Amino acid sequence: MATKKTQQITGGIDVSKTYKIFIGGAFPRTESGRYFDVKDKDGKFLANMCLSSRKDFRNAVVAARKAQEGWQDRSAYNRSQIIYRIAEMLQQKRSVFLDEMQAMGHSASRAQKEFSDSIDLLVYYAGWCDKYTQVYGAVNPVASSHFNFSVPEPTGVVAVMAENGSALKGVIKAVIPAVCGGNTAVVLASENFPLCAVSFAEVIATSDVPAGVINILTGKRSELQHHFASHMDVNALVVWDASASARMELGQHAAENVKRTFFYDSAETDAPGPEYIIDLQETKTTWHPVESIKGSGSGY
Amino acid sequence: MTENISRKAVDQVGTEERCARFKTRSIKKEAKVSGLKMALNMIDLTTLEGKDTPGKVRQMCYKAMHLHDAYAGLPTVAAVCVYPSMVAVAKASLKGSGVKVASVATAFPAGQSSREVKLEDTRIAVDAGADEIDMVISRGRYHAGDYNFVYDEIAAVKEACGKARLKVILETGEMGTLDDVAFASRIAIAAGADFIKTSTGKIQPAATMPVTLTMLEVIRDHYFATGEMVGMKPAGGISNAKAALHYLIMVKETLGQKWLDNKWFRFGASSLANDLLKQLVKQKTGAYQSGAYFAID
Repeated sequence: MATKKTQQITGGIDVSKTYKIFIGGAFPRTESGRYFDVKDKDGKFLANMCLSSRKDFRNAVVAARKAQEGWQDRSAYNRSQIIYRIAEMLQQKRSVFLDEMQAMGHSASRAQKEFSDSIDLLVYYAGWCDKYTQVYGAVNPVASSHFNFSVPEPTGVVAVMAENGSALKGVIKAVIPAVCGGNTAVVLASENFPLCAVSFAEVIATSDVPAGVINILTGKRSELQHHFASHMDVNALVVWDASASARMELGQHAAENVKRTFFYDSAETDAPGPEYIIDLQETKTTWHPVESIKGSGSGY
Repeated sequence: MTENISRKAVDQVGTEERCARFKTRSIKKEAKVSGLKMALNMIDLTTLEGKDTPGKVRQMCYKAMHLHDAYAGLPTVAAVCVYPSMVAVAKASLKGSGVKVASVATAFPAGQSSREVKLEDTRIAVDAGADEIDMVISRGRYHAGDYNFVYDEIAAVKEACGKARLKVILETGEMGTLDDVAFASRIAIAAGADFIKTSTGKIQPAATMPVTLTMLEVIRDHYFATGEMVGMKPAGGISNAKAALHYLIMVKETLGQKWLDNKWFRFGASSLANDLLKQLVKQKTGAYQSGAYFAID
């Protein structure tokens, strides 16, 4: 899918891009060697996409686990800077994404709206990084001589199935609330519109996001969802637009290691919000002994 | 003494190509499960740190005997490997389990000490109950060309071992070439090593497949020449199940079935056991496993 510009540079040779997956900061092909076609709106061949296997998913979870502690230990402010940086890098590649979305069948106006919504989403969650702990943390009233407080802490490695109906925004909705809250994420991109997810991975790779914090796979949901739900080293599962039967089945697998499990419906909830961050947090409550509480005149 | 030992060169390119091919075998299902269990049974579970305490050693010994009690029918590891000061603690903890106690000795890991100290170090470990002694060769002397010194030292330590089996650590990461790995292996075997071992685990690179294959081939040459079996222990750097299976394939295809036994082949490792356990449980349940559900020590 070369643009006019590339044709000029290469003297008319059409150099098309190889779309690969994104694991641990690198762009491997799927270990399975399989691929599937993506067609444009007229049914013409557009690109080969990696048909990721369960082993690709396993490798991605290993990368995400390795990166998690370091990411959690970054200051909230630094995580915010990095997510804002993703927005900067994305903005710069605007035409790439608009071309891809239109090639996959979006109208020009729909592509433009989805792109600007995506930028907004990144800036929105960048802002939340150093604020959600204040909003959702609490100092708790207790009867003994303790200073008692609760803070949200990241749950760990999050596996996400992005919504099928969007090209770029869906993958951002899927991973950014998780990483905003100090988790690392493995996401399966939209099956219908996977091109932008891979180009988004190229944006992430140049945005100071540490390797392994965000991992992006392309492939078939029906093949991978069972493994997303049953992997014992995944701490939370988020599935966008799951069918009722899939919810039942995935919920049962996820229960094996008590994953935090969320099914979101893109038709019902399009607006971003801090609840998407908080869903992927665990509350830690600390009892800190203090001297005579009455002496301080404090109520808690 | 060492004048008659062969200095036959090793084909490095050929060795690396051969090693690459060991990684292409497909081991699945039942064969994989038995390979994983076999690898568990060949581990020398190791702790060699200045901060080791009797408590830590006791904990590791418990792990050696109870790898993962939730999975019925698992073997124990072959041995635990500790410093001489911890041998008595390990011996008491492992009583009656069949798990052997191996002790490093001879001024491990550098080996930069006098002959007297090294022999005394060995005797202390043996007296405390060590079944096996892992000695280091004097690499400085080796590189200075003082091969007879190296030979004599191994022979003297072998004598001090008495009934304990002697593993000779070449520290292949300091050897430089496969030619030297092969020559040092031949010296060690000629001087009476029961096992030859790649590394202390204290320097990088530790065990690699080309180094291990070179040593296995020296063992094979020795077996063909004399009919005597010598054991092999790669140590350090083998931390996942896949790599362990590659090593077992290499042993099987170089030395044959007789060496697929913990009397003749060992892995010196600390984190390998848990990865093998994770893969075994994965084979059983179908779900990828998390380190959170396996004992760390």
